[in-house]
Amino acid sequence: MDFTEDQILRYSRHILLPEVGGDGQEKLLKAKVVLVGAGGLGSPVGYYLAAAGVGTIGVIDNDRVELSNLQRQIAHNTARLGVLKADSAKETYETLNHDVKVVTHKERLTSANIKNIIKDYDIVVDGSDNFPTRYLVNDACVMLKKTLVSAAVFRFEGQVMTIVPGEGPCYRCLFEVPPPPGMVPSCQEAGILGVVTGVVGTLQATEVIKMVLGIGQPLKGRLLLWNALDMNFRTVKVPWNKECPVCGERPTIKELIDYEQFCSLSH
Amino acid sequence: MNITLNGENKQIPDSMTVTGLLELLHIQHQRVAVELNETIVKKDRYGETVLNEGDALEVVSFMGGGEISSECGVRSADFKAKKRSQNHE
Repeated sequence: MDFTEDQILRYSRHILLPEVGGDGQEKLLKAKVVLVGAGGLGSPVGYYLAAAGVGTIGVIDNDRVELSNLQRQIAHNTARLGVLKADSAKETYETLNHDVKVVTHKERLTSANIKNIIKDYDIVVDGSDNFPTRYLVNDACVMLKKTLVSAAVFRFEGQVMTIVPGEGPCYRCLFEVPPPPGMVPSCQEAGILGVVTGVVGTLQATEVIKMVLGIGQPLKGRLLLWNALDMNFRTVKVPWNKECPVCGERPTIKELIDYEQFCSLSH
Repeated sequence: MNITLNGENKQIPDSMTVTGLLELLHIQHQRVAVELNETIVKKDRYGETVLNEGDALEVVSFMGGGEISSECGVRSADFKAKKRSQNHE
């Protein structure tokens, strides 16, 4: 691939790195990454992937920008209140870097549409804001053998794990089934320090870039835990669970489940 | 006896089960995953899994992210109660 002069300048600090170089930058420009959610996590993930020159960024989100989002969702701004987050993120990322094509998916993920949406991407980034989506994304990625960089935040804490189906554990290996509805308070209820989503999102972006480049040790089989108040990072080894209902030896989940439907039926 | 809990040394009574330890720590079992010596403990085995001297235990909290979807937005009674008490402060 021939870089333009502008591209050589734009990506010069990448190209200087022996672990990236021109070949690595080419991989980034050809990479296709999809973000589940353009909120607190998805915003910084997409921002740094766009800066890095990830060529195709999918954004799945059907919410609109609200004032209470702007304390942390840095892809959006005050002038875009009421705009669909997917459109707002597209504008932000493509303005930062014209090499990037942002594909918007302005719909809610369901068992019916998820496989079709994620099938054309190399890597899926989960920054979703609810358990039904988190499990749906995990299961679909296992079934389609898509690398998934999963993360979650709560108050002053965050978790990150990279799931490579067939090579390491999935989210269900650790958390087999979703908690009962309402058992785990959400950020909407419990609050979130805005910058925590930035740190955790950029950790996710780092994992994505490492996976695209094939460098370093991904968080495969390891859950990274971070607490902002203690300023302490820990990694916990997560073994592949042979009894995992979706990626174990005898999987019992062979079709995607819409937990939401289950929830609304039971409550 | 001594165990390692989330990377730190912790003294607990002998012959304690995972269920007993979670109760001691005031942790609701639905909110966490438990890993004993790098193996996931299934929830239905918490009551029968007895801890031994030197065990390494990781108790990892569920984190969901932002908003609970409206269909699933039933809040736990204890959380509502906590919110109420905070409102009074």
